[in-house]
Amino acid sequence: MAHDSENDNVRRQIDENLRRVYQEKVEEELPDRFKLLLEQLKQKEKNGGAQ
Amino acid sequence: MSATDPRDAIVEHLPALRAFAMSLCRNSAQADDLVQDTVVKAWTKFDKFQEGTNLRAWLFTILRNTFYSGRRKAQREVADVDGVFSANLASKPDHDGRLAMKDFENAFAKLPDEQREALILVGASGFSYEEAADMCGCAVGTIKSRANRGRAKLSELLHLEENDSMELTDQSTMAVLAANARSAS
Repeated sequence: MAHDSENDNVRRQIDENLRRVYQEKVEEELPDRFKLLLEQLKQKEKNGGAQ
Repeated sequence: MSATDPRDAIVEHLPALRAFAMSLCRNSAQADDLVQDTVVKAWTKFDKFQEGTNLRAWLFTILRNTFYSGRRKAQREVADVDGVFSANLASKPDHDGRLAMKDFENAFAKLPDEQREALILVGASGFSYEEAADMCGCAVGTIKSRANRGRAKLSELLHLEENDSMELTDQSTMAVLAANARSAS
């Protein structure tokens, strides 16, 4: 039976595609809202003084 | 006050965090809101982070906890995983063993949250089974079985378990195979 090697092949294909889909999303440009958000968080702390 | 804040490192992990969020939410607007909530929590609770441990894993953990607590409020499960949907999926691997991305993503989106999560953590983002188990608060075996069930479901939805040579019906697959045979000879 070639069953095991077939399973391995399926698994490899799936993981490859998973990585591809994930990587594509990782490489998307980060929306500006996140840089703004981090700046705001910093600013708020500075102004509020509380740490 | 020194100029460097350890929290500045958070920004480096945002692309990965977003990718993880998108795979959980299946919707990018919702995913960005989830990332935003995660960043705010991480920023304000940074004293809970143990320096020297994996910051990315810590952020992923906050993100998934936030996701699931939101989920509980809006209780909604994926109902029909194997019914209608599989009929629409016609893709076959091309010569690199690649599937049409859209088909793969559609199939992936049909998996239950836990399986998508396990597959992304161990299959795509490179965490170990142990790390993933830690992050999800469950046993290593649980992560393994979720990932395996996810793979099995994907291969079923994408017809990967069938012998491809038995059902080469569509033109493009034939063309690819023919091209492949030529370049191999």
